[in-house]
Amino acid sequence: MLLEVNLLRKTYATGFEAVKGISLQVNKGEIVALLGPNGAGKTTLISTICGITTPSSGSVFIGGHDISRNFREARKLVGLVPQEITLEPFEKVISTIKFSRGLFGKKKDDALIEKILTKLSLWDKRDSRIMELSGGMKRRVLIAKALSHEPRLLFLDEPTAGVDVELRQSMWNVVADLKADGVTIILTTHYIEEAEAIADRVGVINKGELLLMEDKASLMQRLGQKVLKIELHKKLDKIPNELIDRNVELSKDGLSLTYVYDTKQKRTGITKLLSELAKSGINLRDIQTDQSSLEEIFVNLVKE
Amino acid sequence: MNFQAIKAIYFFEMARFFRTLLQSFVSPVLSTSLYFVVFGTAIGSRIQEVEGITYGAFIVPGLIMLSVMTQATSNGSFGIYFPKFIGTIYELLSAPVNYFEIVLGYVGAAATKALFIGLVILATAAVFVDFKIIHPVPMILFLILTCTSFSLLGFILGIWAKNFEQLQLVPLLVVTPLVFLGGSFYSISMLPPIWQNITLFNPVVYLISGFRWSFFGNADVPILVSLSAIGFFTFICILIVAWIFKTGWRIKQ
Repeated sequence: MLLEVNLLRKTYATGFEAVKGISLQVNKGEIVALLGPNGAGKTTLISTICGITTPSSGSVFIGGHDISRNFREARKLVGLVPQEITLEPFEKVISTIKFSRGLFGKKKDDALIEKILTKLSLWDKRDSRIMELSGGMKRRVLIAKALSHEPRLLFLDEPTAGVDVELRQSMWNVVADLKADGVTIILTTHYIEEAEAIADRVGVINKGELLLMEDKASLMQRLGQKVLKIELHKKLDKIPNELIDRNVELSKDGLSLTYVYDTKQKRTGITKLLSELAKSGINLRDIQTDQSSLEEIFVNLVKE
Repeated sequence: MNFQAIKAIYFFEMARFFRTLLQSFVSPVLSTSLYFVVFGTAIGSRIQEVEGITYGAFIVPGLIMLSVMTQATSNGSFGIYFPKFIGTIYELLSAPVNYFEIVLGYVGAAATKALFIGLVILATAAVFVDFKIIHPVPMILFLILTCTSFSLLGFILGIWAKNFEQLQLVPLLVVTPLVFLGGSFYSISMLPPIWQNITLFNPVVYLISGFRWSFFGNADVPILVSLSAIGFFTFICILIVAWIFKTGWRIKQ
């Protein structure tokens, strides 16, 4: 396990409780997306893990090192790409990146820096001043700074907030490359598509609480499920015997049947169900299907 | 110790200085030359010798101190205020560095710049007036101590300041008047007795007096008192910086 957060709380001096006892674990090589609306506490969570804000209570271990007792060892493993573009405007690209590497106690390595800058399409701009760069380039400089000290755990705080579609795609490619290099990534986002596109696991944060943390695959499976609702002409007292094995449920008022099926399966069982209904002499009033989306799950979670 | 980090901060800060070398270099040379023209030549020629030294030579240590103290304070404050202002301080706070290393990097660079300017002024002064430095080693020591302690003071101000106005406030309203009233351009003994006593509450008096002693061999206050004063001042600054980092005051929530 690379990151372990136990019951982390952060209350600001104003009394605002931004993080309310979050616990989570992240394994090596994973990409975890933390999804949540603005002000949910995502940035505070990241800032606290990285040492920018002091936790009010709880503990954080990075690579087994406690972030307060063994802060040097813990922080050496971490790279942070902040949400805001914070760079010295008059500096050259290459010198800010070399500065970051030095700050993390790493010896000069020009070959590595060239590799990182090339990968992020910044090598040609290495001698440009930051203020001469476009917004997208600046964001990539922030990533290059974080990568310059070879982190094992990379935090990307809203990497694509306010970024155009094309750049978003290229950012996702960068993340995929990093994953291939074995870097563990935790990113925050309020775009559901982003979480869907790149994450292995998805966590939903709202009002300082982690509401859900699930494999994207199983989340997607839940997404793949559809609900068939059959409204009946006549009230049924119980599910007819022929349908008992078919996984149908009868509503309390006895006027509708629901059937959950997986759209990704070869056989959804709808045809058979409907023909059996006909055979049993049950008359249908209406049929409707419904799909739950990540969006829906998200909205439902956040609403509560 | 994260020596790489200290080195990185130090050279990053020095690069800022070299990037603006012309203004870093030209402005102290120009202002010193003006002081010599006005005080040394125009007015100084009408002033008798002070303690057996020509007035032009007498003001050299005070002039150096004036520039060194204001430069060290503003360099020290700007170095840490700027990352705070533009937000790059996140990197410093999330890096595997402790406060001692951060201070060493920033204050070291600010003090180096101030020292450089002090030496440039010394060289400029040598062009205008004749003087000899009786105690060169203590002179350098005094200069380095002053650069360091005022850079520390600047560092504290940089963390304290919430905007650029506040950043200018202390150097302009506190440091400059204290230096002017601290005997840069006159000997304390030239003041009426009551003012001599009041002046002794000005810490800068001790620094200028000690520095002048290293040039000419005489001082307003005993040299050991001067040394203890600057030592005490440095110590207080270090205590405040230690407290700032321990509590995260104005840098960390």
